[in-house]
Amino acid sequence: MTGAVHKSLVHESATKHVTGSASYTDDIRAPADVLHLQLGMSSHAHARIVNMDLSAVRAAPGVVCVLTAKDVPGRNDVSPWAGDDPLFADGLVQYIGQSLFAVAATSRQAARSAVDLAKIEYDDLPALITIDQAMAAESFLEAPNVLARGDARVALDTSPHTCSGRFYIGGQEHFYLEGQVAMALPGEDGAMTVFCSSQHPSEIQHTIAHVLHIPFAMVNVEVRRMGGGFGGKETHGNLPAAAVALAARVTGRAVKCRYDRDDDMMITGKRHDFRIDYEIGFDDRGKILGLVVDQAVRCGMSFDLSQAIADRAMLHADNCYVVPDILITSYRCRTHTQSATAFRGFGGPQGMLAMERMIDAIARSLNLDPLDVREANFYPAKDTPDRNQLGVTPYGMVVEDCIIQDLVGTLVASSDYRSRRAEIARWNSASPVLKRGISLSPVKFGISFTKTEFNQAGALVHIYTDGSIHLNHGGTEMGQGLFTKVAQVVADVFAVDPAVIAITPTHTAKVPNTSATAASSGSDLNGKAAQNAALTIRARLINHLSQRYGVSPADIRFRPDGVHVGLEVFSLAQVAASAYAARISLSSTGFYATPKIQWDRTIKQGRPFFYFAYGAAVSEVVIDTLTGEHRILRADILHDAGRSLNPALDLGQIEGGYVQGAGWLTTEELVYDQKGKLLTHAPSTYKIPTCGDRPQDMRIALYARGENIEETIHRSKAVGEPPLMLGHSVLLALIDAIAQANPDQGEPQLDAPATPERVLRALGGF
Amino acid sequence: MSAELNSVCFNLNGEKVIVRDVAPTTTLLDYLRDVRSLTGTKEGCAEGDCGACTVTLASPASGGVIHRAVNACIQFLPMLEGQAITTVEAIGTSGKLHPCQQAMVDHHGSQCGFCTPGIVMSLHTAYLSRADISRSEAADLLAGNLCRCTGYGPIIDSACSMFSVRSTVALETVIAEEARALESVQRTGCLVIRHGLQQFFSPDSLDDLLTLADRHPHAVILAGATDVGLWVTKQKRVLDTIICLGRVAELKVISVSDFAIDVGAGVTYDQLMQVPELPDELTRLMRRIGGQQVRQAGTIGGNIANGSPIGDMPPALIALGARITLASGHDRRDMALEDFFQSYGKQDRRPGDVLVSISIPRPASGDHLGFYKISKRFDQDISTLCGCFALTITDGKITSARIAFGGMAGIPKRASHVEAVLTGLEWSEDSVRKAQSAFGDDFQPLTDLRGSAGYRLGVAQNLLWRFYLESTGQIAPTDRLELGQLNLAGAS
Ligand SMILES: Cc1cc2nc3c(=O)[nH]c(=O)nc-3n(C[C@H](O)[C@H](O)[C@H](O)COP(=O)(O)OP(=O)(O)OC[C@H]3O[C@@H](n4cnc5c(N)ncnc54)[C@H](O)[C@@H]3O)c2cc1C
Ligand code: FES
Ligand code: FES
Repeated sequence: MTGAVHKSLVHESATKHVTGSASYTDDIRAPADVLHLQLGMSSHAHARIVNMDLSAVRAAPGVVCVLTAKDVPGRNDVSPWAGDDPLFADGLVQYIGQSLFAVAATSRQAARSAVDLAKIEYDDLPALITIDQAMAAESFLEAPNVLARGDARVALDTSPHTCSGRFYIGGQEHFYLEGQVAMALPGEDGAMTVFCSSQHPSEIQHTIAHVLHIPFAMVNVEVRRMGGGFGGKETHGNLPAAAVALAARVTGRAVKCRYDRDDDMMITGKRHDFRIDYEIGFDDRGKILGLVVDQAVRCGMSFDLSQAIADRAMLHADNCYVVPDILITSYRCRTHTQSATAFRGFGGPQGMLAMERMIDAIARSLNLDPLDVREANFYPAKDTPDRNQLGVTPYGMVVEDCIIQDLVGTLVASSDYRSRRAEIARWNSASPVLKRGISLSPVKFGISFTKTEFNQAGALVHIYTDGSIHLNHGGTEMGQGLFTKVAQVVADVFAVDPAVIAITPTHTAKVPNTSATAASSGSDLNGKAAQNAALTIRARLINHLSQRYGVSPADIRFRPDGVHVGLEVFSLAQVAASAYAARISLSSTGFYATPKIQWDRTIKQGRPFFYFAYGAAVSEVVIDTLTGEHRILRADILHDAGRSLNPALDLGQIEGGYVQGAGWLTTEELVYDQKGKLLTHAPSTYKIPTCGDRPQDMRIALYARGENIEETIHRSKAVGEPPLMLGHSVLLALIDAIAQANPDQGEPQLDAPATPERVLRALGGF
Repeated sequence: MSAELNSVCFNLNGEKVIVRDVAPTTTLLDYLRDVRSLTGTKEGCAEGDCGACTVTLASPASGGVIHRAVNACIQFLPMLEGQAITTVEAIGTSGKLHPCQQAMVDHHGSQCGFCTPGIVMSLHTAYLSRADISRSEAADLLAGNLCRCTGYGPIIDSACSMFSVRSTVALETVIAEEARALESVQRTGCLVIRHGLQQFFSPDSLDDLLTLADRHPHAVILAGATDVGLWVTKQKRVLDTIICLGRVAELKVISVSDFAIDVGAGVTYDQLMQVPELPDELTRLMRRIGGQQVRQAGTIGGNIANGSPIGDMPPALIALGARITLASGHDRRDMALEDFFQSYGKQDRRPGDVLVSISIPRPASGDHLGFYKISKRFDQDISTLCGCFALTITDGKITSARIAFGGMAGIPKRASHVEAVLTGLEWSEDSVRKAQSAFGDDFQPLTDLRGSAGYRLGVAQNLLWRFYLESTGQIAPTDRLELGQLNLAGAS
């Protein structure tokens, strides 16, 4: 096997992207009589629906059908598992933006205008909007979850020092550039084909089958690519897909639904916001002795994936640090807001950020460089001579692969952290208005779905008799480059140019029962499954060639110039044709299940993760103490992608993740009014980073010694989510700058996102 | 050729197109995607804020062609009369990419690819209209193009490197062809479109415009549509009568004298920013308005006439002492800009009035200016507040103070109490402290999604202090955190 992996190939669709020829769901040519579907949405956060008069909607020009809960032949539910996300609200609304009914009309405009004619009468019920309100009312999805080791309270009592605090971490809108979209085409015998923009085609399939009350096998779902996902298309694509399928079933016509941006932001769930309360005990050197932390999580109106997300927040409360005695309590608050959902990091960022802020608070209280406190608490390195000396996480997993010391050490040197920190302190003392701050924050992120059964994948590979190769697998392409990487893996097996691999849309009929493309696991799982499929075919070919030419299998090699059989060289086409003639199958499925993992979520013990991905970032910021405005001046990043399958794509994930993480913690503010209406529901009011927000000086590198100790696909590591958490260093650097501006005012009280207003408030500026 | 009833004529990707029987508020984006199946141009927001729908527009200009990048989602089709539209499909093919496309491929500038066509078209427009670009200029160029995937680095790299790849077709040839194509779509006379209950007029002279406005006093006057477009795409309003001033050449004139810069109401932000005599503070503030696409479509007149309390031009222009001229038929009314804004949502504009020009006095040499825009995000964001200070200081004493704020009241408003305190005092720390307490007499700002009342008031006061520090040289005006102003990076 030579060549195709560990190379910086361009994204398989790059040329199509830049010429506008890459086709997204809304670009698929629809039948001429396609109908356009629009949802009617709740304008009350919590209310009984007294009356829903849709007569004017039905009578509006262009309207072909109007659907409500009564029209659902099967289950009126689009939830991933809990049965608590109605397709159409039935008597009760639980957030502003909730789907009440749908209109299918001959044009988008007709459908959009018609929904406004509905007359809905509500009988308001008390609505809980914020975490504080839900906590006060004890409104929980389930009983609080606890993860404990040792006796944290005793540890705090006996610690030489403690500090405590409370802060809030805001949510985040995915703002995938392509909104939710789906198109359904009714088929024979009640079958349904759906094209959509989803990270989880199998779940779309199941949802539609439940809603229409038909077998899974009657539903085909196809996804070629998404215009961004970030977790927002893991479950929240279910609703529009189910709605179009139902409308297609009722009308017998193709039906398409594309959420308008504002509707999308009103309807779909976001990253969970958190309230953190902590008390941490430590010694004179800042070594952590005990921690009690409460994570209050705003889950919104239903479960969605909140259990697993809140769990992951608990599992990342330690980040890279040994915490001997710990008590984590997780409150899953039910509120009358959008059902919060998966978002890059999946709870990990919030859990980890809390710990990073505590480390900084420890350092400031002891007057130490926070870096020293971090280093004092790192899990022992992987090459620690005595295996018994390796660290164990609070959930009982041995940290066997820890490289954070070496990675951070390398970054400290390359970023010149120490001398810059000193220089910044000098500069600040001479600068009356502007103050700079710097921070280094590390990341350790667990890779695998914590729901063990999701850690499986399938693939399908064919070789045709002309030697061309067809590749399909259960993963979806949302821009992360998964299709490119998997094509590299398969190309490597046959020693061909990845460009000759035909990449095909994800399709539930080709690979069934797939997991979501999520948890950063896309290339780990699908890469292995596709490799297994390709290896199966290759083994058959070798066996065939060995028999036909009487050459030992060891002397048959797939090389870039052709298949070497002893001294002879054949093209792959010749080999395929020969195998065909010998009646040997040229098609194979491949399967992969992640080894070693096991997890008991009720007691929160086990080995939920196959391995950890590591990284670290140094951010330098400047704040204006008169306005609270701020800017990132420089970022230095070192990230561990193992032996990267494609360094260029991985660097792209790292930079994009950092900027997205920085946006989450700075400009991206979700503002709700008291009645629970999201006020920032468009890019005019919700501000993701622009070009100019990226630090002008940005130095990103892959950790050169990176190599997965586990046997992952070519020893690479997952890289989708972990880099988001590199953005933590931005918030920490802002806090550093505030602390430097106000050295005598104690630990800065800065909630996220750190808008200029929050920064100025933390400075005591108004 | 004169304009025929109910038709719009433009050039699309090199082909002359006449569209008949079209609702006048059909957006260019819907036309491209739904009617022409040109699905390369994407919809990311339908409100001018994401840039996924960016296309290149070429319009005839004295001495050649001007190119603009515009958001197709908020351009109404009849606004394109006489112009040439280029979409992403037409600039290169997979075998023969345009240099900007090639650069994006080479630098891994796309991930999910959904923002990419818009970014490519912003780059394409820049490629046609300039010879190179710096990194901070590139960030500025692309402020109206959101990308959620890449973090932008590879896109900036693409922008900076594309100029070194000259196109296979010489630029002059492209532009000459465009000029010819534009010639073939020029029509004279008023464009009239009637469709159902809607009517749309696009006159090509000021006289015709004023006559129409007189005859249809309740018509919507349409300039760049960076506001009006959203009334349709977001508020779902049905506009029955529209009078578009886009083809009225008289409204696009800028004339500069020793004392004033006179600006036609139809002048875009971008055009005005090119005027070298414009006070630096104003140019700098205007760079913070929208992104490139908004600045190349939105007009100065529109920013005033919409009466918004958070528009950025009014406070700056009020501080500079600008006057405006309104016309109705043959009548002309001239007034100080601040008098135009009466109360929230109410301006001194009578039915049928058209804003025709703005006269901006040029500051004298002893005048100090400081214009500040505060928003959650530096680029393409609406002001939380915008504070504009103009002081005349003679012999150390403040002889005149003009201070105006946006975002602090229901209208753009002068801080008359603050001005009164300052006038006659020395320009000193003491005076600043005295004046700061007067802000509360001038403004009782609101709390909204962009900021709290307390923040607004506090920052307004702090801005006066910042202005003092800057104008007395205690901090450099380059110490503002606006893009490209600060040179600290890696200062260690
Ligand atoms: C993405 C985006 C970002 C923006 N960012 C900013 C920003 O940073 N700062 C800011 O201030 N604004 C911003 N705006 C708002 C907008 O650009 C301005 O208000 C703009 O100047 C309006 O000008 P226009 O030519 O597009 O006007 P139009 O939308 O065509 O018209 C606006 C209003 O003015 C009236 N009108 C226009 N011209 C005349 C005239 N000559 N006589 C009488 N009435 C007239 C119209 O009838 C209408 O009521 C932004 C808009 C968008 C979409
Ligand atoms: S679609 Fe977002 S700017 Fe046009
Ligand atoms: S590449 Fe996905 S939004 Fe830019």
